[in-house]
Amino acid sequence: MSNEFETVVGLEVHCELATRTKLFCSCPNRFGDEPNTNVCPVCLGLPGSLPVLNEAAVEMAMRIGLALHCEIRPSVFHRKNYFYPDMPKDYQISQYDAPICVNGWLELPDGSKVGIVRAHLEEDTGKTTHVGSTGRIHDASYSLVDYNRAGVPLVEVVSAPDISSGQQARQYVSELRAILLATATSDGKLEEGSLRVDANVSVRRKGSDELGTRCEIKNLNSLRSLARAIEYESERQADLIRQGLEVVQETRHWSEDEERTVPMRSKEEAFDYRYFPEPDLVALVPGEQWIERVRGSMGMLPEERRKRLIEAIVRPRSSSEPTTSHISQAESDAEKSSDETPAEAVLSHVAKVVELGLDDLVIAAIELGADRRIAVMRAVNEAAADPERARHIEAGHFAKLIEMEHKGRISATQAKTILARMLEGDGEDPETIAAKEGFSALSRDELVEVINSVISANSDAWQRFVSGDQAVGKFLVGQVMKATRGRADGRAVMELLTARNEG
Amino acid sequence: MGEWSALAISQGVRDGELKAVEIAEETLSRIETNDPLLHAFLHVSPELALKRAAELDERIAKGEDPGRLSGVPVALKDNLCTRDMPTTAASAILDGWIPPYDATVVSRLKESGAVIIGKTNMDEFAMGSSTENSAFGATRNPHDPARVPGGSSGGSAVAVAASLVPLALGSDTGGSIRQPAALCGVVGMKPTYGMVSRYGLIAFASSLDQIGPFAATVADAAVLLEVIAGHDGYDSTSLDRQPPSLLDQLDRGVDGLKVGVVSELLEGADPAVAVQVRLAAETLANAGALVEDTSIPVLTYSLPAYYLLAPAEASSNLARYDGVRYGLRVDAPDVESMNSRTREKGFGAEVKRRIMLGTYALSAGYYDAFYLQAQKVRTLVINGFSAAYESYDLLLSPTSPTTAFPLGSRLADPLSMYLSDICTIPSNLAGHPAMSIPFGTDDDGLPVGVQLMAPALGEAVMVRAAAVLEAAESHLSGQQRRDEDEQ
Repeated sequence: MSNEFETVVGLEVHCELATRTKLFCSCPNRFGDEPNTNVCPVCLGLPGSLPVLNEAAVEMAMRIGLALHCEIRPSVFHRKNYFYPDMPKDYQISQYDAPICVNGWLELPDGSKVGIVRAHLEEDTGKTTHVGSTGRIHDASYSLVDYNRAGVPLVEVVSAPDISSGQQARQYVSELRAILLATATSDGKLEEGSLRVDANVSVRRKGSDELGTRCEIKNLNSLRSLARAIEYESERQADLIRQGLEVVQETRHWSEDEERTVPMRSKEEAFDYRYFPEPDLVALVPGEQWIERVRGSMGMLPEERRKRLIEAIVRPRSSSEPTTSHISQAESDAEKSSDETPAEAVLSHVAKVVELGLDDLVIAAIELGADRRIAVMRAVNEAAADPERARHIEAGHFAKLIEMEHKGRISATQAKTILARMLEGDGEDPETIAAKEGFSALSRDELVEVINSVISANSDAWQRFVSGDQAVGKFLVGQVMKATRGRADGRAVMELLTARNEG
Repeated sequence: MGEWSALAISQGVRDGELKAVEIAEETLSRIETNDPLLHAFLHVSPELALKRAAELDERIAKGEDPGRLSGVPVALKDNLCTRDMPTTAASAILDGWIPPYDATVVSRLKESGAVIIGKTNMDEFAMGSSTENSAFGATRNPHDPARVPGGSSGGSAVAVAASLVPLALGSDTGGSIRQPAALCGVVGMKPTYGMVSRYGLIAFASSLDQIGPFAATVADAAVLLEVIAGHDGYDSTSLDRQPPSLLDQLDRGVDGLKVGVVSELLEGADPAVAVQVRLAAETLANAGALVEDTSIPVLTYSLPAYYLLAPAEASSNLARYDGVRYGLRVDAPDVESMNSRTREKGFGAEVKRRIMLGTYALSAGYYDAFYLQAQKVRTLVINGFSAAYESYDLLLSPTSPTTAFPLGSRLADPLSMYLSDICTIPSNLAGHPAMSIPFGTDDDGLPVGVQLMAPALGEAVMVRAAAVLEAAESHLSGQQRRDEDEQ
């Protein structure tokens, strides 16, 4: 977007809670079952049925609120009245002017903070499938409703309009997702709809304090759509203003195929929800003791875990060791492969390790003396293939593997193979696996010999390397790796090639 | 047949002197004879009742004790869900619907050995004071079949008043148990809000609805309340306490109790009704109570507040009858027209009127002026009662300003119908217990009911005074009733 405008975004994220049962009845809260099998008089809204609040859902809402630095308040459920076939009672039980969590903030990995206005509990609706040519309601020949999802607990997290780009929105949702996973409150799957994001987007002239007219964007089914939709929408609004036109407040639909936002039927805007306090429930007043018990039961949050991991990475092992070498090495590694700044790259590696839940493993390995750079890289790249199993690898084994690679006893390629075997979960230590596989790194003499033969077989390439073509070096390394079937260490090969050239 | 009371029947059946089957047969025969005229029942289940009675007799023969209501026939207002009988709330929109579950009160009745006979007529969704707003036709008053039985629980009141059954359950949102009890000359009690689980009661106005007993005697009403009361995990507004002990309080009298006669509720009453209230006050005073007139001015605002709050909640509670999942569906090309055609055909005029009133009261721009204002009045009513209960243990008033009125006489004028509940509504707003006790008749021999009101959880004191009035009433009017019977 041009320099004269800035984008203002607030996000509303619906998180499906990972409770065992629904919000107001004891039906299983389970995705993917046969339609209309997890239902009862309460979640079907049958005449005479009454809701009874699920304490586990309240506790999860409190965990989310506490993780977002919110105040936990006495709250009241309201009825939000509107007719829709997938809503069994034709009203949704939600929290309106007295939500359970208010006034918090979320810190993004880059250190910026986004305000949290509120996080409240509500019930989900059923799911309608329109059977007809387009799958939209207006030309469906009939509709099928599955009430398995009706009454599933949701927490809606509403951010302040503190987000200024699609990229930042993306980071916000990633971080919120990390918090949901860390607090075990939701599986946070955007694709399955257990995390649903709506974006309120407006633009204003730079330096202005006033908020522009906003549009609410729906149908954001991936982080990528979220970022692109916000970019598209702010550009669209800026264009309107430049042309002297007005932005109309409306709900817009992100069309994935067309890569643009389109207005939804204006009728859906005209609802008067007639909120009033739900008379079938009593006020929810969590006592100080309950709140403190929940606070005490919470594990470390991503933000805190990232800080701890960074600390472990930069902590000097001895007084003689420089504190920054590990970081700068990681920075230079990252620099080769992406357009991020080095600092961003390290932060993103750290964030990734935490997201994968491998920070305990990496820190333990570092404490056992493992090389920090290799530990982080193996966690981010190879262990990421199966983080669940990777979390169960013995720290001693992981540290040993890294030491073997670091000391040159095995090559990086071999180390990756061994790690893959370790992920299979037999609990074997890396030395045993290496022995079984017949892995050992080449001796320096053996390696020099192979390099010599590669140079003579590729004399053209060698000449170009000598005359300063760095790119061809990678080709030569590749040839050496091929000749040694991965037993060579790429970094050592490059060092030898360079030394030979300079020598 | 011996004494037609729940306590006597249950005692006889448990002792083996009476057979539950015989009682059930007698009940069914009374219904068969009288109900074509009265139309108290929407549904009767002879097979279920006889089968159930036979099972009870078998259990008793084996030495088991099925419970405190062994073999006692009970009628249920048709807004109480029963898994083996249709439940319609007297609405065409639920015609033929059979719930997949029993209301908590129904389970408790079954667990105590009662025999459910059938479902009684009512004003559609409990909206009305005459049982004329039933989609299935009106119910008639057994004291004069040209007159209404009151409502909305008119069918249950008549079933007991005509001695078809000894016990019946109703629901009371603004007087729907007490007013028909008064007009039919039976005992009707609305317990403290939360005393009886509402799970399985088809909601009219959730914050006001409460299930309660009809019986011919205070003792029978007390035992029925003891059976159905008590905490229920399926109702979040259910009070977390043991059922009250009432039956053992009935002989304690009223000596030393302080009773206030609420002048605001006496003002609009017919002279014949007012006279009986004065007589009741005198009776309590003679029995040792300290009785005096008192004033709670705010109670005069109860009716308008009620007619905003109850419709507001109803407009939301009745939204679910949309033709999608159960009950009536009128087909249409799209969902919205299907919804509106279904509701247009399925709901009666009074239900539609209240849905519109309530929708209006909750709408953006009107919420503060109507719904919120009414909630404030509700708080003031509660405060008004609290102040009165600092001086009095009980309050006394008419149950209804008039005795039974002729069928059709108030249908054209909803406001005159709404005024039937002017004395009963305040206790619903406050969530307090109240009951109607038959106390004499008017000049036409129509029953008059007097209302006793008590603070929350004051049922035990309330039934003591009711028992005193009952004893005096049977003494006073015994001769008169014998005269009538002979005619």
